[in-house]
Amino acid sequence: MEPHEEKPIIYTMENKPIVTCAGDQNLFTALYGSLTQQLPREPMEWRRSYGRAPKMIYLEANFVQFKEELLPKEGNKALLTFPFLHIYWTDCCDTEVYKASVKEDMQRWQAVLRLHGSVDWLIVVVESDNKKKNKTNILPRTSIVDKIRNDFCNKQSDRCVSLSDPLKESSRSQESWSSFLTKLRTLLLMSFTRNLGRFEDDMRTLREKRTEPGWSFCDYFMVQEELAFVFEMLQQFEDALVQYDELDALFTQYVLNFGAGDGANWLGSFCQPVRSWNGLLLRRPIDMEKRDLIQKGEASLLDLRSYLFSRQCTLLIFLQRPWEVTTRALELLHNCVQELRLLEVSVVSGALDCWVFLSCLEVLHRIEGCCDRSQLEANSSHTVGLWTYATEKLKCLGDLCGLVSENGPNSEDLNKTVDLLAGLGAERPETVNSPQSPYKKLKEALSSVEAFEKHYLELSHAAMEMYRAIGRLRSARLLGKSLAEFYIRKGDPQSAENFLLDSLKSYVSESWSLPLTHTRKQIAECQKQLRKMDEYLQTSALLASDTNLSDEERKHFCQEILTFASQTTEDKGQHKEARVALSMSSFTQLQELRFRPASALVHVGAVLQLELCVCSLMPVPVQVERFAASVHFTQEQPGTTAQKRAAQNPDGTVTFPAASPASASPALELCEIQEHSPSDNALNSAGVACKNMHLLMRRQDSATSLDMPNLTHNALNLDDGAQMLKASDVTLMPGNNSIVFTAPSQKPGAYTLRQLCATVGRVQLILPHLYPVVQYEVYSQEPQLSIQPLTENLLAGLPQQVKFTILTGHYAVKKGDALQLSNTDSMPVLHSNTCSARILSSSAELLGESALSIQSSEKVTSISLPVTPPYHTLEFLLDVLCHIPSSPARMESERLTNGQISHRSRTRFNSGMALIDQKVSVDCPWSIYSTLVSLTFHVPFKVKHSLLSAGRRKFIQVCLQNVSDTNFRLTNQTLTENQHTPSLELLSLNTKTHSVVFSHQCVFSVWELRWSGAAPVSLHCEFSATFAPADAPDAALKPYRYDFTLEHVTTLYSVRAEIRPPAGEQHCRTGALCRLEVSLTRLTEPNDTERSDEEFSDTDGLRTTRLMYEVIDNNSNWAVCGKSSGVVSMPVAAMATHKVHMEIMPLFAGHLPFPNIRVFKYLPHHASPIIQPDTDSCLENDSLSLLDKTLEDQADTASLRSRSSVQSLGSGESAQPRGPMPKRQPFGPGQVFSGTQGRQVLVLPAADHHVMEVNVT
Amino acid sequence: MAVCIAVIAKENYPLYIRSVPTQGELKFHYTVHTSLDVVEEKISGVGKALADQRELYLGLLYPTEDYKVYGYVTNSKVKFVIVVDSSNTSLRDNEIRSMFRKLHNSFTDVMCNPFYNPGDPIQSKAFDSIVSTMMVQAC
Repeated sequence: MEPHEEKPIIYTMENKPIVTCAGDQNLFTALYGSLTQQLPREPMEWRRSYGRAPKMIYLEANFVQFKEELLPKEGNKALLTFPFLHIYWTDCCDTEVYKASVKEDMQRWQAVLRLHGSVDWLIVVVESDNKKKNKTNILPRTSIVDKIRNDFCNKQSDRCVSLSDPLKESSRSQESWSSFLTKLRTLLLMSFTRNLGRFEDDMRTLREKRTEPGWSFCDYFMVQEELAFVFEMLQQFEDALVQYDELDALFTQYVLNFGAGDGANWLGSFCQPVRSWNGLLLRRPIDMEKRDLIQKGEASLLDLRSYLFSRQCTLLIFLQRPWEVTTRALELLHNCVQELRLLEVSVVSGALDCWVFLSCLEVLHRIEGCCDRSQLEANSSHTVGLWTYATEKLKCLGDLCGLVSENGPNSEDLNKTVDLLAGLGAERPETVNSPQSPYKKLKEALSSVEAFEKHYLELSHAAMEMYRAIGRLRSARLLGKSLAEFYIRKGDPQSAENFLLDSLKSYVSESWSLPLTHTRKQIAECQKQLRKMDEYLQTSALLASDTNLSDEERKHFCQEILTFASQTTEDKGQHKEARVALSMSSFTQLQELRFRPASALVHVGAVLQLELCVCSLMPVPVQVERFAASVHFTQEQPGTTAQKRAAQNPDGTVTFPAASPASASPALELCEIQEHSPSDNALNSAGVACKNMHLLMRRQDSATSLDMPNLTHNALNLDDGAQMLKASDVTLMPGNNSIVFTAPSQKPGAYTLRQLCATVGRVQLILPHLYPVVQYEVYSQEPQLSIQPLTENLLAGLPQQVKFTILTGHYAVKKGDALQLSNTDSMPVLHSNTCSARILSSSAELLGESALSIQSSEKVTSISLPVTPPYHTLEFLLDVLCHIPSSPARMESERLTNGQISHRSRTRFNSGMALIDQKVSVDCPWSIYSTLVSLTFHVPFKVKHSLLSAGRRKFIQVCLQNVSDTNFRLTNQTLTENQHTPSLELLSLNTKTHSVVFSHQCVFSVWELRWSGAAPVSLHCEFSATFAPADAPDAALKPYRYDFTLEHVTTLYSVRAEIRPPAGEQHCRTGALCRLEVSLTRLTEPNDTERSDEEFSDTDGLRTTRLMYEVIDNNSNWAVCGKSSGVVSMPVAAMATHKVHMEIMPLFAGHLPFPNIRVFKYLPHHASPIIQPDTDSCLENDSLSLLDKTLEDQADTASLRSRSSVQSLGSGESAQPRGPMPKRQPFGPGQVFSGTQGRQVLVLPAADHHVMEVNVT
Repeated sequence: MAVCIAVIAKENYPLYIRSVPTQGELKFHYTVHTSLDVVEEKISGVGKALADQRELYLGLLYPTEDYKVYGYVTNSKVKFVIVVDSSNTSLRDNEIRSMFRKLHNSFTDVMCNPFYNPGDPIQSKAFDSIVSTMMVQAC
């Protein structure tokens, strides 16, 4: 039992809802223990109004003795002291006793309750077996419980419960307990719902009145906090927190409204000047001092906020949400500062900083107190804000109190410090004993410069470490930057520089120009103080080119460099070290490089200029003593150059990429690669390659991207290449400048620009790498001579123009140099006086023309060349004529006296055209060897001749075919006999002397050959004509000759034949045998020349020769019946005639041509083997063998036929195998005249077809 | 209204940054740059629900005594940062959201411009005027 006379100490964890007990106190005391124990054992569901979610709640209660004073008076809103349930205990089991005393007591109790409007009551009747045994006069039917229910609970029968044998361990007692407890819990909750609901309604009513004058926030605060306390008492911390949050929001809204001009009167009390800034106090659950101030309406804004936050903090920690505390704390601190500003509360300068600093540390301490180390480390992202805030505030305080300056605080600063310390008041009792309390820290930090530095560094480093740990590098570096500023003020540029360089990394890698410039300026300051000249100059260069700075600043930094550059070194011995190498990229930006000539390809010794366009970033003109570009030389390797120079545009310019943001991924750079084969420059392969794959494929790592190396100071080594492009005394004006270099071109090869270096006094500006690759090439070339036809085909026999091209290469054509062409008879060089040569430069520009002088001697044609510089082209045209050999098939070769084949013409046949290859040997002045040049000429004509006979008369036909593509005019076709045989006459039968022979057409000419006396054995003839292209004048006519020889011109035999119809018939009929009468007549006497040719035999004193005849009908018009061939002996005498009769049968009707009758020389077997005469062409040989074959065939057919025919004749001797075969030999083309050629005979169809067909088949 | 509006490229370099002329520009650059820490933290935030990933608005990044820094990230990881004066209490979350939406729309227009090269600083006048409407008018 607790006495509750005095005001209860509000110490919420100990608070429990109050339940009063009336009636039998001894009885209750006996049950008290088990009751308090068992009540919280099981949860109850609490259904709540306003749609709030039901909750399971464990109930506890503080049981106190019933007193009338406990009941709240009218208007008393206190909830904590409010008795939620009144219980009347009785163990009366005797009706008499009940009637006598207990009932009366109950009625009194009821009356008191009713008076105070309390409806939450319960009557507990404890039944005990012991008592029942003692009292024997109990009514068996109606128990005392029923009586009580009758008397008091007219409507609510549940307001009376019985508890049986509570002190016994029986099942009945258990059951009874549990139902009692359930009842008790239910009633308690009902009471809570009812009373809290009523309270909340009242509270809301009060809140609605807030616009009325005289409404006090503090009063309302107390009311709502009461509710919060109750929730807290019920361990509903969430609900409790909601109450505070509502109060917080309400207050915040008022402040905001005040700011907007809508002021409430009560807010005036919060606007009082801040006198105490001792920070938050979070170690007590309830800060009663502040609560009292609020209750009295004397709290300042900071007091209210502090109290509110301390309560929220307590509840949040109950709810195990410490990280919310830190977030809210930061918000609160920011908010308070803003609110004080908004409410225009007067605050001693620095006081808020103290308050914030202390509060931050207090919150952090509080969190550290309830979390272990690993939890804290895992959640440093929540606490780091507070650490940073505390650091900032300490820095502000340091600045304010003069603790950061080098000289320490002055008296004014000390006064301020004293004022600030006064506002802190005395240390709170809770922290007096802890050595690391925020209060002590602040006091110590403000006490001396050294202590401040210690605390400030400690805090800064702690915060930075945390930032780094959670990966907030930028925040860490920003802190580092403010630390650097601290160091600068403390006069420690070394430490400051380190921090600044670290922060610079972020800004460089992410291209934040403004912070970059600012940080760089600070770095420059540090470096200047530290006398780090190299770095200082480098930083100055960057700053001088920084457009974020004003012109004056940029000029200042530029001047710094120029001043340094112009300083003469005191110590001459250390001249080398005194030079300072700086990166050129900060001074200038390369824009473009232009080659002149654009190809960037020159021959040895030629002038190649490079125009470099640079943009100077300096604000003032800079005089550069020397601007040099080192060049790397490589021996030329063909094929590789196309790839390397892909960056160069066709117009000879190289554009340097503008500097892009460092962190942006570089753009894809593609180039085309062509690989040419080294031998003939043919394209081997082509492709596309990515040039900057190493940059694109680099691992993208966010962590490393911030840690990119800042500047490569140390990489600036100048390699002293032997080859240099130099320009002296260049003034780089701000903006674009153009520098012209003359490139060395002494040796052939590839030259690659590697580095740029500009010298300004002691300072060297170096660009270590040029990108993209800039390259030019120098080549060397041997002189070359080529002779090419102007037209597609050179025609023989006509003057043709050929073009001489001389590439002088490295050779300079001097005065007097001449080309020596060896003359050949077959191809003379025709020269005229108007011949002139053109001189072209290497870029194919016409430089001039000069006349050529050509002198011909017997053996050589000498062409004196005009003076031509190296790497030029000399061109001239020359007419040449290739004679057509008169006998085309003959090969002709000439040898010079020295035995060397100097020129040769060779005739080939190609697609119907005869080709003549002419080799010209040229002696060039640059070489001791002769150059052999081959020219191919085409013979435009093809000529055939033939001998035609008509009895004894002879004709010669010449067929000339134009095989070229040109049309020609042909004149003066003549045929002459070379031997000038007397009495021989060639009579032209041609009517026209001029004719045009079109391309691929023929012209025929015929001459009759006449002679008197002995016929010539052989004739050597020459066909000649003049020709010219159809459109050329007569003067251009060129001769054409064709030689040929004719043998056996005379006609030896004449063959005649007649076909006679069978006797009695007028006409031949098919199927009817006709008579063929062949007569062979010798026309001439043999002469001496023929004698060797013909075989003669003397029989009976008569010279005879044997002839073989043969009748063949190739067209199957005739069937030769019987012997178709035979041998006859002809007397060798003029007009000797031999007649042969044969039977032939026409197979068809109509005008049938005569069958062929052929005559051969017949050579008996004893004759020596025949040597075919040379003059016989292959064609004739072929036909002979063909004849042989047909002869044999015919023998077969004849034998076949012999079976069916009546006449059986032995076939020719040729069919019989005998030792040496007799031979037959044809006559020459003019030796036998066949009179049957072209003759026809009329054959009438047979009367009876059938018979004939049977006969034939 | 805002005191500073910044558009930051995927690679964290500024595409556009404008602040009220009355206050130090440099300070805002530092503030915005530092806020990228939190932006990165929020973007790469583990255990984010799927629905959250579609949410482009990152909320309050970084409160300081004087300013509140809000963040927004487009699907292409371009970041928008709006800095608001702490004393300006009339701005609620919804207003900030709508500011970001407006900014995003205008930014999309900039990107749709065929003459704009993605990754270049934004110089569009239309975008500038949209930003102007969201900025505190200089007194």
